[in-house]
Amino acid sequence: MNNTLASNTIRFFVLLLAQVTICSNINLLGYINPYIYIIFILLFPVKSNRPLFLLCAFNLGLLVDMFLDSGGVHAGASVALAFVRPIFLKYAFGTLYDHQILKFNKLQLNELVIYISFMTLFHHFIVFNLEIFNIFQILLILKKTLVFSLFTVVLSTLLILLFKARK
Amino acid sequence: MQQIFNFVIRNKTSLLFLLLFGIALSMTIQSHSYHRSKFINSANSLTGGVYGTVNSIGQYFDLKEQNSILVEENKRLREQLLNTPSTNDITSIDSTLRDKRFSIIPAQVYKNSYNLPNNYLTINRGKRDSIKQDFGVITSKGIVGIIDNTSNKFSTVLSILSKKSRINAKLKSSNQNGSLTWNTKSPYLAQLEDVSQFAKLNIGDTIVTGGQSAIFPKGIGIGTVQNFSTDATGDTYTIEVKLFNDMTTLQHVYIIKNNDIEEIQNLEALNNE
Repeated sequence: MNNTLASNTIRFFVLLLAQVTICSNINLLGYINPYIYIIFILLFPVKSNRPLFLLCAFNLGLLVDMFLDSGGVHAGASVALAFVRPIFLKYAFGTLYDHQILKFNKLQLNELVIYISFMTLFHHFIVFNLEIFNIFQILLILKKTLVFSLFTVVLSTLLILLFKARK
Repeated sequence: MQQIFNFVIRNKTSLLFLLLFGIALSMTIQSHSYHRSKFINSANSLTGGVYGTVNSIGQYFDLKEQNSILVEENKRLREQLLNTPSTNDITSIDSTLRDKRFSIIPAQVYKNSYNLPNNYLTINRGKRDSIKQDFGVITSKGIVGIIDNTSNKFSTVLSILSKKSRINAKLKSSNQNGSLTWNTKSPYLAQLEDVSQFAKLNIGDTIVTGGQSAIFPKGIGIGTVQNFSTDATGDTYTIEVKLFNDMTTLQHVYIIKNNDIEEIQNLEALNNE
């Protein structure tokens, strides 16, 4: 249990720092930046109490907002992602999740990618909705969601696999 | 009463979610109005410290480019100095000459973004250096933005690349006024709106600050006309302005302090009463 606590705390701060110092300055094609901090929400232990999970996600988003001067965009999207995570877990892993025996470091690649993709799309859709805040620009929101999600999914899958292999 | 408690306990996750999401939503809405939330911004010692550390490493990568910008500016200033008619023969001390209208404070850009709808810069000057809200920020080439939030050591700057920013600007040749806005499309182009149809426009004309507000002095460079179109009502032009500044590679900036700003604001407050 202690081990889980430590690894999640470290992950929280490492991802926050990596996000604001490196990933928000990539500017691929002039504007595309991945939001890799959601890996924290993706990999948070399944069997934990949910209010704590929501608070952790909210604080992470709030800190990202503070660094990026984006109001409450990331805090809102993170807390929403944390709230709906069980639905996506159930969809992506089915019985594994139902029987509470889900472990993130023993998963098949295709299940993992599906899970990450849906979570990322959901998160980015909320981020750009809040950021642009104009329903008439829905096409721009969808375009940005797709392009940014692609980058985030590729990068976060690689990162998760990389750090899984070392264990 | 018992039932209310039971309800709260049963739905504590959903209620917590609604509370947190509500907080985030209200902060987002607040950030879409001009002066934003006081608490969540990057002018504080935590974010400033992190960005400062990153900047102290990152600044080495474009030293060469920054040097050439500074040399270019020095050259221009020296030319101006050498071509000014000499005034050395007047030796009397006039105390009014010493009251400068504008002071300039140099600063370093710690963080810069240019791909969000509202972009902010973080710079390493704050209340300690007597920086306040609504001071102008420029580079040697042109304008950058307006100071938004300040902490003791750091400030955030609302970039001209922002939907919220509206800056008074004019055509250098014909003195026609307009307001500079940004349509979030490209970090190299801004839009000058509400320019009267009577203005004579040519592609390549220079746009400078208008000096109608107390923030920027008159005549600071903004950009050149790239193309222009008549807007929907047919009374005014909307001009695409190619910015002098490359907003993507800012490093050294100057903060302009208008020493008369309090007097001007007091006067305007009197008028509003």
